[in-house]
Amino acid sequence: MSFPLDIAAVFLPLAGAAFAGFGGRRFGDLASNVATCAGVLLSAVFSVLLLASAVHAGPSERVLFAWIQSGGFSANWGIRIDTLSAVMLAVVTSVSSMVHLYSIAYMEREAGKSRFMAYLSLFTFFMLALVTAPNLLQMFFGWEGVGLMSYLLIGFWYKKDSANDASMKAFLVNRVGDFGFLLGIFGFFALFGSVDFDVLFEKAQEMSAVSFSFLGQSFPALTVLCLLLFVGAVGKSAQLGLHTWLPDAMEGPTPVSALIHAATMVTAGVFMLARMSYVFEYAPGALAVVAVVGALTCIFAASIGLTQFDIKRVIAYSTMSQLGYMIFAAGVSAYSASIFHLMTHAFFKALLFLCAGVVIHALSGEQDMRKMGALRHVTPKTYVLMWIGSLALAGIGIYGVGFSGYYSKDLILEAALGRGTGVGVFAYSLGVAAAFMTAFYSGRLLFLTFHGEPREQHLAAEHAHEASWAMLGPLVPLALGALFAGGLASGLFSGEGTETFWNGAIFVLPEHNSMAAAEHVSSVYSALPVVCAVVGFVLSWVFYVAFPEMPAIAATAFGAIYRFVYQKFYFDELYNAAFVRPTRLLGGWLWKKGDDELIDGFGPDGLARLSVRLAKRVSSLETGYLYHYAFAMVLGLAGAVSWFWFKG
Amino acid sequence: MVSLPILSVLTFLPLIGAAVILLAGNGDEEARARFAQRTALGVSGGTLVLALALLAAFDPSVPGFQFMERFVWIPAYNISYIKGVDGISLWFVVISAVLTPVAVLAAIGSVKKRVREFMIALLVLETMMIGTFTALDLVLFYVFFEGVLIPMFLIIGVWGGEKRTYAAYKFFLYTLLGSVLMLVAVFAMALYAGTTDMTVLMGGKFPKEMALWLWIAFFASFAVKTPMWPFHTWLPYAHVEAPTAGSVILAGVLLKMGGYGFIRISLQMLPDASLVFAPLVIGFSLIAIVYASLVALAQTDMKKLVAYSSVAHMGYVTLGLFSFNRQGFDGAMMVMLSHAFVAGALFLCVGVVYDRLHTREIDRFGGLASGMPKYAAAFMVFTLAAIGLPGTSGFVGEFLSMQGAFLVSGWIAFAAALGIVLGAAYMLWLYRRLFFGPLDKADVRAMPDLNGREIAMFAPLLVLVLWMGVYPSSFINVYAPAADNVLSFFGAQAHEAQHD
Repeated sequence: MSFPLDIAAVFLPLAGAAFAGFGGRRFGDLASNVATCAGVLLSAVFSVLLLASAVHAGPSERVLFAWIQSGGFSANWGIRIDTLSAVMLAVVTSVSSMVHLYSIAYMEREAGKSRFMAYLSLFTFFMLALVTAPNLLQMFFGWEGVGLMSYLLIGFWYKKDSANDASMKAFLVNRVGDFGFLLGIFGFFALFGSVDFDVLFEKAQEMSAVSFSFLGQSFPALTVLCLLLFVGAVGKSAQLGLHTWLPDAMEGPTPVSALIHAATMVTAGVFMLARMSYVFEYAPGALAVVAVVGALTCIFAASIGLTQFDIKRVIAYSTMSQLGYMIFAAGVSAYSASIFHLMTHAFFKALLFLCAGVVIHALSGEQDMRKMGALRHVTPKTYVLMWIGSLALAGIGIYGVGFSGYYSKDLILEAALGRGTGVGVFAYSLGVAAAFMTAFYSGRLLFLTFHGEPREQHLAAEHAHEASWAMLGPLVPLALGALFAGGLASGLFSGEGTETFWNGAIFVLPEHNSMAAAEHVSSVYSALPVVCAVVGFVLSWVFYVAFPEMPAIAATAFGAIYRFVYQKFYFDELYNAAFVRPTRLLGGWLWKKGDDELIDGFGPDGLARLSVRLAKRVSSLETGYLYHYAFAMVLGLAGAVSWFWFKG
Repeated sequence: MVSLPILSVLTFLPLIGAAVILLAGNGDEEARARFAQRTALGVSGGTLVLALALLAAFDPSVPGFQFMERFVWIPAYNISYIKGVDGISLWFVVISAVLTPVAVLAAIGSVKKRVREFMIALLVLETMMIGTFTALDLVLFYVFFEGVLIPMFLIIGVWGGEKRTYAAYKFFLYTLLGSVLMLVAVFAMALYAGTTDMTVLMGGKFPKEMALWLWIAFFASFAVKTPMWPFHTWLPYAHVEAPTAGSVILAGVLLKMGGYGFIRISLQMLPDASLVFAPLVIGFSLIAIVYASLVALAQTDMKKLVAYSSVAHMGYVTLGLFSFNRQGFDGAMMVMLSHAFVAGALFLCVGVVYDRLHTREIDRFGGLASGMPKYAAAFMVFTLAAIGLPGTSGFVGEFLSMQGAFLVSGWIAFAAALGIVLGAAYMLWLYRRLFFGPLDKADVRAMPDLNGREIAMFAPLLVLVLWMGVYPSSFINVYAPAADNVLSFFGAQAHEAQHD
């Protein structure tokens, strides 16, 4: 028997987490750091090896043991390895490794370091369990598991109220999504008699004919089920409607943000769409919804990103916007492009967050960009790294040579246009507009933070310092990824070799082949996003370097719109008024009115009042219970005897 | 062949222990109390070992009853002493045997007055519980089923909190209704069938109209015990006033007697009537899930919150049972088993801080994660199990119960699934108020972390919660043939869900 690479890759982070979680106190922080970092680093090495073999060998599954078996329902714990899960394994573990290493230095002065490292590793493990799941149920295990870990990590500084609010919000908003996902699982079992991917993939075409009727209307069953799963993705991948948790998740320590945004959580929804491509392809209605929601999220988040001042929030909204690209890519059947962008994004987004972490560290915890400025003299290395990340994010490149994001984002937009549907054109248009905004807010972030004059003298003067190599070191591989990953991998994720590369891991109906069509999109349309991005950068330079009084003028000129966008379209306020407060009021009302007044009033208390009156005549209340009880038995006996009497 | 009547030994061993405590032991009051504690722990531990031996000796491939004992008891009325277990009742015997020593451990720390009497009450309670789950004669079942209430009344009434009179009274009024009707039904069944042998009574042998009335009579008792909405309002009070050990047994075992009754009597003896009333039960279950979760959200007393969450969880039990398919049935069983450990553990958790600060007001605490990290970790695991996180015991049952309900109607599952969002809301909100935030109250800061005794009572529950979550098949397989046996009455409905 050969060495089980897959088991090692998935379970090493769990082992590391267990060591740090249980042994952290006994063996110390150093041992915890070594164990958790070694766990994910080894896992990353094995994942890359697995990727190489999966591309050749095609999908394979290993059953570990039976999880739930109940009549006809069965789901195993297992590991499914194919190109898709192997790509995810490699991306997740490599980014997670860098975050682990970075955290050692970043969290140096914090209490509970072992706990933190254990959480990071456990987070990684849940994500690995998710991507290697052989059935919907194990996917749901990982799905909820990452939700739990985000809850624990966002609320890591549990003495802060804002962190606790944010962590609860993250869990609950995700639970709303999971609610949909769960109903989807139920439906898949009801329809297919199984939740195993193999069975679902095989029978999807057959089941596409099934429909059910509701209120006199007939709905294709697969579309409904796919939409239910997609509700889960909307929650996990912070798409419009269930996105409100993501910006607040910034309350967690910065390495956590990097992990959540780049590797272990928000990508789960995108991955799910690719994993279920065999099924979604037969649910065209669901795909259209996916594309529209993705495109709307893309522009919505980008527009908010233009107005925020918290450095991490800007990056957070940019994540949401980039996830919109990935989601609508899946919606136009360009799953390959979607996963490609997931990969490149993982590198440059982790890089951006960790750079932001350096900045925040340098300024003793300050996150407001209005108080920064001129940091390029203080943290020159971080400045360069942040430029690399931003250019990759904005997708800058020309004639087929550029930063990582250039390849994947262009591919998505071309595929959307190439799909040849109204929805595709819609997604392309919003995507191009968002590309402009992306460049603008990226430039804004860089110029506000690193250029101009230091706006808060004491911050810059007192502590500001470049980070040590312990923190900068892990950024280098990420920067290399942001620079080269796109160019190196574009031959695999697009063009001729794509099908061989995926080797059956994803499926696209021939008539949905937007990836092939992408290559024939007119060069005007494929150049447009890059042009927009360059214009965006230039304009941000004009606004924030050349004429720094411009932003204020613009904000005043578009006062109402600006406030609306700055307040994030008032989603939080709306949800609080529509759901949170009414639910709590209803709970209290049901308790006081329902239980105390209605049920008790007519039930036991009413009876009690009656029997108190009776009992006062018969005996004292204090000794009454057992007596009453015996009385009840006698009464029952009497009833039974009379029954016997009358029947007899 | 004469073999050891293991079920009778299991049933009456705790009673013997109670007698020993009553009669033996000398010295001053303190020495006798210590003797009582040790005896109770030893006897309940011995019962646990015996129960585990029973589990090991049980043949899970057989659908029928095993370890049968049968003696004629009251020949004139054809009433016998019949005992036996199938895979279903076996698990309830095991949870009774697991939770009693845990409750003894809890009582050792918190019950300071009338210690001997308390230990006696706990052991008598264990006899009654195991007696209920192993009885196969309807009269015997009734005697044990109702007998449980006497020690429970005493535990609430004697060792309870300030408003124990009201709580015990409410408890009494509800169960009065149930037990009277149930007794009538038991006699009616006996007179009609000429026997009280439960194995004979199974399979739907009663005329339709009579079955409907019988069903309603039993329903009254089981619905109160479970408790189902709207018969649940005794539970929050009973829990709040009961001492920790009482709450553990009440939530862990006594509530399951309702579910067990539904399986044994409603489903197995009155299947046709169960089909007729299923919409009513499902309706009540859905209301229970949503309503009790909402009410839990508004609670300021830890015990009341956990009590309302129990009502919501029991909603998944009745929902699953009355879906009449394997997924629903397994869901109901797993929710009951999981809830036994999780709710038991959560009440123990409440007890831990109540022992230290003598309050259950949630707002009196805060920031405990800093001062009591071990406690915080244990509480977190049980919280996650309570909200049904996959990988914990809570998930398996809720998932299967809703899956079973979905096969009946997607909309039922939709309504039931609202509970997973609300459940997360009230539990995390509770956790947050207890554990997070600054540790700024001096008396809260002074509370010590878990001691050895407390760790000993949480450890087995933690292991069970995770084991059941990761490898529930080891629980389901034991009773699978028995479950198919129960569902065989509902042939058409059960097979609809089988697919294979």
